[in-house]
Amino acid sequence: MTKSVIHTEGLTRKFGDFVAVNAITFDVKEGEIFGFLGANGAGKTTAMRILCGLLEPTSGKASVAGYDVYRQNEEIKKHIGYMSQKFSLYENLTVRENIQFFGGIYGLTRKELREKTAVLIERLGLNQEADKLVGSLPLGWKQKIAFSVAILHRPKVVFLDEPTGGVDPITRRQFWDMIYEAAHEGITVFVTTHYMDEAEYCDRVSIMVDGSIAALDTPSGLKKQFQAESMDEVFLQLARGAKRGE
Amino acid sequence: MKTFVAFIRKEFWHVLRDTRSLVILLGLPVVMMILFGFALSSEVKNSNVAILDYSNDDASRLLIDRIDQSQYFSVKERLKTEAEIERVFRRGEARLVVIFPQNFQEDLSHTNQVQVRFIGDASDPNTSNIVINYASSIFRDYQNELNEQKKLPYTIETETRMLYNPQLKSSYNFVPGVMTLILMLLGAMMTSVSIVKEKETGTMEILLVSPMRPLLVVLSKAVPYLFLCFIDVVIILLLAIFLLDMPIRGSLPLLLAESLLFILTTLSLGLLVSAVVDSQQTAMFLSLVGFLMPALVFSGFMFPIENMPLPLQIVSNIVPTKWYYSIVRAIMVKGLGFSYVAKQTLILAVMTVVYLTVAIRKFKIRLA
Repeated sequence: MTKSVIHTEGLTRKFGDFVAVNAITFDVKEGEIFGFLGANGAGKTTAMRILCGLLEPTSGKASVAGYDVYRQNEEIKKHIGYMSQKFSLYENLTVRENIQFFGGIYGLTRKELREKTAVLIERLGLNQEADKLVGSLPLGWKQKIAFSVAILHRPKVVFLDEPTGGVDPITRRQFWDMIYEAAHEGITVFVTTHYMDEAEYCDRVSIMVDGSIAALDTPSGLKKQFQAESMDEVFLQLARGAKRGE
Repeated sequence: MKTFVAFIRKEFWHVLRDTRSLVILLGLPVVMMILFGFALSSEVKNSNVAILDYSNDDASRLLIDRIDQSQYFSVKERLKTEAEIERVFRRGEARLVVIFPQNFQEDLSHTNQVQVRFIGDASDPNTSNIVINYASSIFRDYQNELNEQKKLPYTIETETRMLYNPQLKSSYNFVPGVMTLILMLLGAMMTSVSIVKEKETGTMEILLVSPMRPLLVVLSKAVPYLFLCFIDVVIILLLAIFLLDMPIRGSLPLLLAESLLFILTTLSLGLLVSAVVDSQQTAMFLSLVGFLMPALVFSGFMFPIENMPLPLQIVSNIVPTKWYYSIVRAIMVKGLGFSYVAKQTLILAVMTVVYLTVAIRKFKIRLA
């Protein structure tokens, strides 16, 4: 029995009368790749912001890496990594400077930084580009660098908010290889995506509809449950029932 | 602390790499100083004058010569009839027409009284006022010379001394003004734009999920601009001293300290804007309209505050530039010490604290 890294119970967040996240309960285990699916406006981003310590829940329980989201959100921030759908590196800094900056704000020492930067650049095969501005690199590369930077400080959990939006299929495949690698090293991956082939790569998948979790299982379990050929069908069956639009 | 240093280093990378902004940041004060120093002079030199002389005697010729020799005028045309005056102005051939009546010298020496007419082109009221003043003083001088020969029963002689700026150099006025404007523009606008930019590109989110405290994120963004603004102050002062021969009469350390305080005021204003606004355009627009305009109008640099209607005078008190402008003038031009600017200093300090508090509050609300 592996222990759970993310744990929520009846987690709810309201904005006025609007219930963005409605009593969601789930567990994510250590080293798991957890797919967090849902149509636009289903409440994914709000749930994710709560788990990242950016937003306080209205009610319910939640803990991330063993820290409570109400009281210990500063602790949570030290133990998570985050990468958003919007590009999240500085375009007018070089690759090396970006790595050093993000390492720096997570409190890595100068020596650690130097070593990690060297290893990372080597591993990404960016020796030629290390001192080029990030803005001049293709999107796929940027996203790979952004992911590497997000797990630079060895977080317990890394949150990926639509990390592969707009990236070509080959690079997406490479990106997922990196995700597997990270999970293999014990980093829990919490990922949102709109690509259903990516959903198949996840260990378990939850699908949010109108603020609630409508289904949660392994991809094959979900397909069996909804008698569907692919995750695409599963998703469409559930999402069609949604009342909230964008 | 280590993370803070990492952050500030990154901010410097940003600022130093953005060459265009850097050129503006450091070039703007130089350009403004040179513009105000040499191009924008309130003196009107070499105005063309047309003369209509009905008497054509010694006295009138002497006066015409004097007008022509003055550095302010050159006599371009002799008119024959009044009808020509209209034409001269229409074609813009002269700024001023001087009309001597018939028997100018005779009337002057016999009846002791004679009238000369100045006709100015008031489509540009400021210039024509200045030009007419110059012309009047030439006639006044002549009159005084005549009076020396015969004693008048009563005379009041006024002796004018202009304190602090005896030569009425305009640099004494605009150097403090330029300092005020530049700091307001750069401090408030650049900081707010740079913070809002992080919101726009989405990097702010990354920073907020990092262990860095949001307040620290925001404060460290202001640090490079603190340095740059200070460099600008030094540039302006160097230009003022070496290029415009304007002395700093008061204490330099005091002037720099007060400037630092004002920079902090403008930076807090910038933070306040960035807390409220979400796009770079809005931030820029708000800074220009909300800060630069009032700074220009209410600092007392271009328009005397005493001449404004009362409500506007009251409004001027909440504009920080007014206070800084008066501090700089007091120290640079009058050479006064701290006790004379203590009130203004206190007001600026209070303003800074208020802006900063509101800004921080706002940030916290948004992150809750």
